[in-house]
Amino acid sequence: MIGNIVKKEFKELFTLSTLIPIVVVAIVFASVGQMIGGVEESMEEKPVIGIVDIDDGDFSDIAMSVLTERAEVIYDGSDAEEGLEEVRKENGVALLVIPENFSQNIYANHPGEIEIYWIMKGAGMMDSISSGTVEGLIQAVNQEISKKLIQQDSSSDPALVLNPTTRIDTTSFKGKEIEGLSPSQLGNMLNSQSIVIPIVVMMLIIMAGASVISSMGLEKENKTLETLLTLPVRRSHIVIGKIVGSALVGMIMAAIYMIGFSRYMSSFQTSDINLADFGLALGMPDYLLVGISLFVALLAGLALCIVLGTFAKNYRSAQALIFPITALAMISSFIVMFKDFDTIPVILRVLLFAIPFSHPMMAMRALMLDNYFLVIGGIAYTAVFTVIMIVVAVRIFNSDRLLTGSVRKRVGLGKVVWGFRR
Amino acid sequence: MKAVEVRELVKDYGNFRAINGISFEVNEGEIFGLIGPNGAGKTTVLRTVATLLQITSGSITVFGYELPKEAAEVRKIISYLPEEAGAYKNLTGKEYLNFIAKFFGEGEKFQNIVQRGLEIANLGERINDKVDTYSKGMTRLLLVGRALMVNPRLAILDEPTSGLDVVNAQEVRRIINSAVEAGVAVLLSSHNMLEVELLCHRIALINDGRIIASGTAAELKKEYDARNIEEAFVKAIK
Repeated sequence: MIGNIVKKEFKELFTLSTLIPIVVVAIVFASVGQMIGGVEESMEEKPVIGIVDIDDGDFSDIAMSVLTERAEVIYDGSDAEEGLEEVRKENGVALLVIPENFSQNIYANHPGEIEIYWIMKGAGMMDSISSGTVEGLIQAVNQEISKKLIQQDSSSDPALVLNPTTRIDTTSFKGKEIEGLSPSQLGNMLNSQSIVIPIVVMMLIIMAGASVISSMGLEKENKTLETLLTLPVRRSHIVIGKIVGSALVGMIMAAIYMIGFSRYMSSFQTSDINLADFGLALGMPDYLLVGISLFVALLAGLALCIVLGTFAKNYRSAQALIFPITALAMISSFIVMFKDFDTIPVILRVLLFAIPFSHPMMAMRALMLDNYFLVIGGIAYTAVFTVIMIVVAVRIFNSDRLLTGSVRKRVGLGKVVWGFRR
Repeated sequence: MKAVEVRELVKDYGNFRAINGISFEVNEGEIFGLIGPNGAGKTTVLRTVATLLQITSGSITVFGYELPKEAAEVRKIISYLPEEAGAYKNLTGKEYLNFIAKFFGEGEKFQNIVQRGLEIANLGERINDKVDTYSKGMTRLLLVGRALMVNPRLAILDEPTSGLDVVNAQEVRRIINSAVEAGVAVLLSSHNMLEVELLCHRIALINDGRIIASGTAAELKKEYDARNIEEAFVKAIK
């Protein structure tokens, strides 16, 4: 008897619609796990650097010995420009220049300066790993110099012994020379673009998408859709009305979410650096582009949701249909958070560009670096995607699919356009 | 002019033929009933006339407008009440009527439509409550009010009294009769054959996607030597 009930419960609960979401979430987590595995590998790899030692003194010798032991040195010469060129060519992380009087300054109780020319490739969380490793090397150099100072002369200034060197950072990032900032400082500044924006856009898409798909499921369940479709209103107006209504609901929900999440994120932010000082601030036209990108992506997501919603039989099945949207939004937000568009493999780049929600996630960071092509191209692509989805949705609204779950026959483009006008 | 003219209507769902060459006409100011068992094809016929489903073959005209070519024109003059339909649960009854009325007029016309809907539904103060709190009978009365408040030239009613108690069913029948007296043509379906006999001017008996007999209730009873339409139907399908 119990077996019979167990069998019935299993059949009732273990359906395709309950299975798909779990599989999708598992795949997303597995992908993220693989990415994090990559982080460990990157941390263990020796960073590729160039060194220019002009000082050639006792302490620069210590620095050289630490650096050559723990990093892959691809340039060891005396010409900074040549070294930087070599580092760029070899896809290296930084060029370290130990200037003249480095050792002499330390002997004179002044910190020795190390000039670091960073080559920053991306602003994602994973993109700053290699620069973090180099910063670790500088710490190791400091330690070794400290040891030497303690061994040589116990009367040295304790502050100097603890910090015998200072850094002068210059970061080269996508054509911009940013003086006074290391990649990790820059990454910290761009944190809101790297984390907050992808998460807020993801939540916006998921919340607005859920409301539009649920609305379709409810309309079918309550049979209000049949009434709506017999009213004197164009199918395209029904589709657009549903999209805009859901977009408003989604934006309100996302705004509430964003307020809470921004407060949460701000508690981790220690940087008080002004982006404008480094030519990274956005102007009004940039914010306008970000707004357009977000709006168009939202419309694209909702248009896709309307198409998915036509498959919903009722409210319950509608809940399962939101998962493809959730998965796409999660994938794009994770990629944008961890890596920069320019530092991911081509296949991932194509995938990221194809997912319309990823464009507003990338827009702010791209605009800071004057990459208008990516932003405007993304808006154009997303707009075309939206129009195609709306035409498909209107076509489905004109067919039997909404009520019967099947389309009578395939139709040509002419009929599609005609259907849009009905 | 005929309110509805259906000629050799065929409707396929994939390989399944739901409607197989049905023809009938509905006159202005007439209640025409399609009766038959569940799955006979009644709802498919109504949905097709209501512009919801595509036609596989055959033709349908509604007050001279041809489907599907002039579906937009047809939607301006029809009103469709699906079987067991609901209303938007987060709206009040009045808000629901307002929502529908906005598709049919503005200003004074809009106000008149809503007023008519309120009178037909006759839900008193409960019209200001959310639909979610309504009983099945109240929801049906609201929907009948919604369907008829716009003064359609053709009302398409699928099982209009389905699931209602005797009192509510009688009230819905009274409302339908009043609308017809005001000039509305009605195409309705029911599997309650006795109700159809009471309500309809003419009837078509439908089974397995075909009309097997049609005429007035008296004609059908006479033709099949039956005491009522139910008996006539049973004899007709033998």
